[in-house]
Amino acid sequence: MKRKPPLILVGVLLFLAVIAAVRVAMYVNSKASYTAPIAATGEERTPRDQAIEDAAVAAQEKALERVYEEEEYRAFPRVGSRVAIWVVAQLHLLFAAFVLAVPMFAVIIEFIGYKTGDKRYDALAYEFTKLLSVSFSLTATFGAALTFMLIALYPKFTNYMMHVFSPTFLPYVLLFFFEAGFLYSYYYGWGKFGPKMHLFLGVMLNLVGTAIMFIANAWLTFMTTPSGISEHGALISTWEAVSNYTWMPINIHRIIANIAFGGSIAAAYAAYQFLKARTPEEKAHYDWMGYIGNFVAIVGLLPLPFAGYYLASEIYAFSQTMGLTMMGGAFSWLFIIQAVLIGNLFLFANWYLWLGMGRVQGAERYRSYIKYLLIIITLCFAVWATPRSIISTIEEIQSMGGSSHPALGYMGVMSAKNTAVNILILTTYVSFLLYRRSSKVPTVSWAKLGNAIQFAIFAAAASIVLFLGVYGYFVEATVRIKLSIPQVGSVLLAIILVTIIDVLLLRNAKSTTTEWGTINPVSQYLLIALAVTFTWTMGLMGYVRSGLRLHWHVYGVIRDTSPDAFTPTLGFATQVVSVTVLLFFALIGFVFWLAGLAGKKPTIEEAKTTPEAVVAS
Amino acid sequence: MNVLVILAVVAALIGLRFVKPGMLVWLAAWWVGCYVALRYGFSTPVPVSVIKLYMGIVTLSLTAYALADSERWAQVRDPLTAFMTERRYQAWLVVVALLIPALFAVRIYAQMTSDPQAPSFARTVHPAPPDSITVHDTEYPLGTQDNPYRHLENDDPEAFAGRVVNGRQIYYENCFYCHGDLMAGDGMFIHGLNPIPTSFQDPGTIPMLREAFLFWRIAKGAPGLPEEGGPWQSAMPAWEQFLTEEEMWNVILFLYEFTDSKPRAVEELH
Repeated sequence: MKRKPPLILVGVLLFLAVIAAVRVAMYVNSKASYTAPIAATGEERTPRDQAIEDAAVAAQEKALERVYEEEEYRAFPRVGSRVAIWVVAQLHLLFAAFVLAVPMFAVIIEFIGYKTGDKRYDALAYEFTKLLSVSFSLTATFGAALTFMLIALYPKFTNYMMHVFSPTFLPYVLLFFFEAGFLYSYYYGWGKFGPKMHLFLGVMLNLVGTAIMFIANAWLTFMTTPSGISEHGALISTWEAVSNYTWMPINIHRIIANIAFGGSIAAAYAAYQFLKARTPEEKAHYDWMGYIGNFVAIVGLLPLPFAGYYLASEIYAFSQTMGLTMMGGAFSWLFIIQAVLIGNLFLFANWYLWLGMGRVQGAERYRSYIKYLLIIITLCFAVWATPRSIISTIEEIQSMGGSSHPALGYMGVMSAKNTAVNILILTTYVSFLLYRRSSKVPTVSWAKLGNAIQFAIFAAAASIVLFLGVYGYFVEATVRIKLSIPQVGSVLLAIILVTIIDVLLLRNAKSTTTEWGTINPVSQYLLIALAVTFTWTMGLMGYVRSGLRLHWHVYGVIRDTSPDAFTPTLGFATQVVSVTVLLFFALIGFVFWLAGLAGKKPTIEEAKTTPEAVVAS
Repeated sequence: MNVLVILAVVAALIGLRFVKPGMLVWLAAWWVGCYVALRYGFSTPVPVSVIKLYMGIVTLSLTAYALADSERWAQVRDPLTAFMTERRYQAWLVVVALLIPALFAVRIYAQMTSDPQAPSFARTVHPAPPDSITVHDTEYPLGTQDNPYRHLENDDPEAFAGRVVNGRQIYYENCFYCHGDLMAGDGMFIHGLNPIPTSFQDPGTIPMLREAFLFWRIAKGAPGLPEEGGPWQSAMPAWEQFLTEEEMWNVILFLYEFTDSKPRAVEELH
């Protein structure tokens, strides 16, 4: 027999339900926005109504009398104008760098395919170019957004830039049109034009793209190192304003950096495709593509520290204040973060090459060298990342006798850092050489001698670098800065000489099998990590270059009087850079996805069910 | 350097070669060895921030070493997998599972019960100078200003030596109380200073800078430091209130002569 619930329990539940309903109703009421009580009739006017009406009339009359005044700034909602411009400019730059870089190596790869007759290269160049189409649209979109936001948020500054650079705008727009024409005819004309004509389109695309970058570089470098203007900012010579002090250093730096960045992003695309590939053929193709992309990135990375060093020394020469702000002042801490990122780049690049040996038969004989290379890289990385003045507690400072450590402090100055980075470059090249050697067995009679000469060249270059690094501690600063030239010169010369010997040494060499697609998947995550690290470094260093002006829009000419005229904390700056990097990768992921779709052809079954097929039937 | 500590670490690592332990033990030994060398291998202790930075690099490198070769990776992975999946290690697994949070708890307890410490701070040694300064009604453009008496070094060595002697006298009358007899930042007043003055014997200080930078620092002292990159926490007086410009330039000549270093030259604009 079923027992009925006691009446008292029902009563308690009903009571609780009523209380709960009242609580919910009170909560909803408390969240509702305030509404004024409705007047009983429209005719009952209160003194408040009259006051509101009078105020509206007065405001309207005042508005009619207002005189036009040019606004200096307008605010962007929530995040503020600086952060808004910062993010959009950075995204524009990242896509622009990618769009400029990919055609450079796509044309070279296509040319290799044309000369060797190997169709794989042609297919690879096409695969790289596939990434361009959507990226170009995004570059233009962010470029337009940046322009409109500059006009809207910084009208006075933008007006001044127009005063100085208006003659450059029309050529810029024209070149942009040409770039669009060359890019789309290069992409859509693949296989439809003759090879020479197609290569010509690719070369023109590169020339026009580089010219566009040079013009844009003039605008931004003028902001840091203005020239061609009077003491009061009036334009004297547009050409002098264009060819300002840091224009050429940044042109060189950006071309090299773009190649490194573009290669790394293309390699990340290959890694993404590798990880989702299902067939061994697909894996082999994307493994190879990732390898080539990474190779391009490393070729760009090797000279990059010197291009950056050249740019930094020119900034110092232009203005001691900016130079010290950058390397010894508020921004010097960002260089420690940059050092960690660049150290990671070198480590990841070497690590990828070592993992790549796993797909090469006969690479076992070189595996024992890896630990020595790793020790050198770790030591150089540590020197490269050692801060000059250390973050320390009061007790630590007292025990060190200052903010630099008596022993480690020597590693915080440029002599040590230049030496470390040169040795890092040499070591990375050795890793590449071992990888290259692992699939080949030389057959020439002078193989042993060749190896000995190569070793001697490496030893000589390393000795020169170390000697000059130590010597740098004993000479005057301007001499020390110039010592970096023979240091890098000896490294580059060693790389060239060793490469020449290696090419001759491996003529008619016995080749072992490289099993593309069998590489450890960890390598693909390294490729993605490399791309992220490149992007991060670009964002970080872009901020340093731009932030160096401190409270100036145009250094020494147009002062920043906006509410943002202060240097943000390092933590905030790195957060903005990191969010921008995330946004970029979300967007580039979209590009990858679209590029993947472009390559897919519907199967017969799928084709029958497409809307076109349904309509046709 | 604490040579004994370094030797002990090296000996331990060499000793391990004879024992031939597994890859996992090797990696752990290297990690611990590096930590011990950094933590206890220097007679002047290395700040914790740098140890963390270095150990991050070491960790990354050891990971790269373990993962760069599939055989080596198997030597790391297999014992770990066995430890976590095989029945015979179950009791030990429970111990480890309890030990990890226990270690965190011990660490937190140690942090909570340790003596309070002033927070770490990042001191910027070379603050950015302004474009120009005014000292005793004269404007000095710091970007292009050179020491007006530096040329005497070649043109009139005798007069130059005289100025260095004058600079020495000024230094020992005014500066050495804080900056020290030998300019090592260890003068008799440093017990009252926090942070203490920078050592000019360090090649990373005055040889990196132009003389105009030193002139600015001497003339304007702590009150003239820029706001960017603060807090500066400097007790340097503004010496323009006590010295003439000539005396300040002379003392700068003496600083470089005494430390046997050269100032950074003003570079020519292209």
